[in-house]
Amino acid sequence: METLITLLVGVLVMVAVYLLLSRNFVRIILGTAILSHAIHLLILAMGGLKKGDAPLLTEEGSTYSDALPQALILTAIVISFAVTAFLLVLAYRIYRETGADNLDDVRREFDD
Amino acid sequence: MTNVLVLPVLIPLLTAIVLTFFRNSFIMQRSLSFLATAGSAGIGVYLLLKIQSEGILRLDFGGWKPPYGILFVGDSFALLLVTAAATVTSIILLYAFSTIGEAFERMYVYPFMLFLLAGVNGSFLTGDIFNLFVCFEVMLLASYALLILGGRKVQLVEAFTYITINVLASWFFLLAIAYLYGATGTLNMAQLAVRVTESGQGPVLTLISLIFLLVFSLKAGLLLYFWLPGSYSAPPAAIAALFGALLTKVGIYALIRMFTLVFHHSPEITQSIIGIMAALTLIGGSIGALSSRDIRQIIAYNVVIAVGFILVGLAAGNEVALQGSIYYVLHDMAVKAMLFLAGGLMISLTGKAKIGEISGLLRNYPALGWLFFVAMLSLTGIPPFSGFIGKVLLGEGLIEAETFVLLTLAFVSSLFVLYSLLRIFLNCFMGEAIIGSEEQAVLKKRTLLPIVLLGILTLAIGIGADVLAPFVNDAAATLIDPQSYINAVLDKEALLKN
Repeated sequence: METLITLLVGVLVMVAVYLLLSRNFVRIILGTAILSHAIHLLILAMGGLKKGDAPLLTEEGSTYSDALPQALILTAIVISFAVTAFLLVLAYRIYRETGADNLDDVRREFDD
Repeated sequence: MTNVLVLPVLIPLLTAIVLTFFRNSFIMQRSLSFLATAGSAGIGVYLLLKIQSEGILRLDFGGWKPPYGILFVGDSFALLLVTAAATVTSIILLYAFSTIGEAFERMYVYPFMLFLLAGVNGSFLTGDIFNLFVCFEVMLLASYALLILGGRKVQLVEAFTYITINVLASWFFLLAIAYLYGATGTLNMAQLAVRVTESGQGPVLTLISLIFLLVFSLKAGLLLYFWLPGSYSAPPAAIAALFGALLTKVGIYALIRMFTLVFHHSPEITQSIIGIMAALTLIGGSIGALSSRDIRQIIAYNVVIAVGFILVGLAAGNEVALQGSIYYVLHDMAVKAMLFLAGGLMISLTGKAKIGEISGLLRNYPALGWLFFVAMLSLTGIPPFSGFIGKVLLGEGLIEAETFVLLTLAFVSSLFVLYSLLRIFLNCFMGEAIIGSEEQAVLKKRTLLPIVLLGILTLAIGIGADVLAPFVNDAAATLIDPQSYINAVLDKEALLKN
């Protein structure tokens, strides 16, 4: 199961890198969003997957999931939401100001 | 255990939240924000004194004993930086009051500055590495907002680059945290230190430490500083000063903390890489400072040089060098703020930013000119100003560690700092006055006052080095001997049990 998740993380990082390397603002933002999901899955895998047991442990529970990665991911997701929303609004503002949707065109406009 | 430890974070945070409800009351915005920052500085001093008598302080949130809960740890190093950050922010706020303009004040500039300070202080105080990530994000989100405030085109574009790079760095940080958790099973920094010591820092942990090095270098501007000059020269002077004084210092703090507390077992790999990066940073920063003609760019490249200079001390890794680094961080916070404010004032008075376009300002504004001169002397390390003591100690430490290449580079870079700033001074302040006495813009006393205060601060750090010495020595001693930090966080029984 861990191997499967690791492969999934690899595919997601691949997609994210491809998107990040493009010039278009929206693609870059989507790239960061996908990268964040990849990392969240990695944290989950690093905590060890225990096939569906509850993270809560009773006094004498023998199998349980690690609760800490889930707490970390929850925090990280909130932060990633905030940053993605901020970036989207920023990209929109740049589009409104310059009429360009990629960094090259914006820079070109500066140079003129 | 003391609850006061949370106040340097809580006061700015709560004040900022309260201030968002009083958008149009400028008096309230100004007075409350200044009180909050000055209050945090006061609490920093109080805690610093308390540490000297009671040892390293700790606050377990919710009463969860480490290593299970989140905690704040206050040692001398963290609290020296907290105090310096809060002091410099309060002085920068004074400058913002008279220059930043009504539009900015209406757009919550003071709350954002307070959020930034809260994030910075939180990063300094936290004893949990995931908490460090969260505090970084608090600080970074505030800095994103401050960077685009005003919404000029150049700000928006620089902000996009800056934010994308920082988001990437943040995800790499999280990646490193995930690997570290997988490898050691803990996120508490003291327990991490114990576990890494037990396992002897094998290749896997060293690789993880290098990912951390990459992440913190991006934040500190160590070698990976390409985003820095653009984004530090886009916003107004008060905000740029805040960035220059605080943001890179958090990265530097994290580097020093992680590589003295947790990953200090294979210095031949980590410390030599840090040394090489610091050397390249010194060279690159010097080239940048000499090649640019824009005053703000030159000052921003000086930030880069300082980062290299401070981390040379970490590469040397002995106690004297770390003392030097700590002195230099404190000094750099004050002087970089002073330099950014003085540079910003020059630009706002003349309306020009290139050094070739301004000349003879000394005739019009003698006080500003001599203050700029003081900042220059201090940065170069002329006694009695604050840069001197840090440079001497760093030099001693580097000689002790026998890293003569770094020693040469560090001190040659000081010459480049002097030359790049002297170029501004000679071009802009000396020569024919370009502004006649009739068209000369009035320089208000209260605009100049913060720069004077920062000048007094750098002089005070320089002359009062004896007063600072016990705190700095204590901080360096804790860094060199992480066991005292570990003992303060983890109780004896917990250590035995694990």
